[in-house]
Amino acid sequence: MEISPDNIIIRQFGTVKLNATIVYTWIVMAVMVVGSWLITRRLSTETGFSRWQNLLEVLVTGIQSQIRAVSHQEAGQYLPFAGTLFLFIAVSNLLSIVPGYQAPTGSLSTTAALAICVFIAVPLFGISEKGLARYLKHYVRPTPLMLPFNILGELSRTVALAVRLFGNVMSATMIAAILLSVVPLFFPIVLQVLGLLTGLIQAYIFAVLAMVYIASATRAYKEREEKSEKGE
Amino acid sequence: MDNTGLVGIVSIAVAGLTIAIGSIGPAIGEAMAVSRALSAMAQQPDEANTITRTLFVSLAMIESTAIYCFVVSMILIFANPFWDYFVKKAGG
Repeated sequence: MEISPDNIIIRQFGTVKLNATIVYTWIVMAVMVVGSWLITRRLSTETGFSRWQNLLEVLVTGIQSQIRAVSHQEAGQYLPFAGTLFLFIAVSNLLSIVPGYQAPTGSLSTTAALAICVFIAVPLFGISEKGLARYLKHYVRPTPLMLPFNILGELSRTVALAVRLFGNVMSATMIAAILLSVVPLFFPIVLQVLGLLTGLIQAYIFAVLAMVYIASATRAYKEREEKSEKGE
Repeated sequence: MDNTGLVGIVSIAVAGLTIAIGSIGPAIGEAMAVSRALSAMAQQPDEANTITRTLFVSLAMIESTAIYCFVVSMILIFANPFWDYFVKKAGG
């Protein structure tokens, strides 16, 4: 039994190993890119449009409204980042109904890469919103004593983001595999359905948490500063 | 008893203990969070959407402690570095 698809090596070119994580990540990317290219090739503003365009519109407006609700600001510049995170994780989790497919999110390397993307995106959005000096100032708030805790908090929440997604997806496949050897036939299917549900919820949670971190870097301090400037 | 057997016994016992003890805290925490959220939703049905969203996010954060324990116990059973070391040593 393999704990992560990293250990399944599909092909080896000299020292370069092509493992299942990379291959299935490429498959997910291909499905999403080709699918959205096919759909957006023939967009129309008429009343009669294809059902696929309808699907994409529902997805985009749904993500937009969720970002607006979580961050209390316009979705505009956050939509590509948070939407990509959500769609990639959701598609790679949901495709696990296909036999033989190994979810790339069940490997710690993929989830760590996604978490590092969030780790880099938070200061980028924060600096572009408030400027370097004011962004760095929030590390020494409320007192400079909090500096190490703020930095540690930023690091540990990145690790938590990675391990949470990995653990959830890995546990779903693991429990299905264990149950398949203990009580085959009916019960594993029920847990497979539960795995699909947790996969979708984890995708939502990953995107929402990324959005919450970005919003806390861009907005909360801005408002507090405005309030204190008005008060003084 | 040789080292391999000791490592095997300790790994399996500790893996069970990890998930057993480690799931107690998150279970209590999630139960408290859900019961508070339910009573809040009963008092303010209009805010049910916001409460549900916040509930899901906080449940995921509480649950991650249990997930860490699960990951550790899975590593102890299926990808134990000490086990591999001693098996390699015993094998030659």
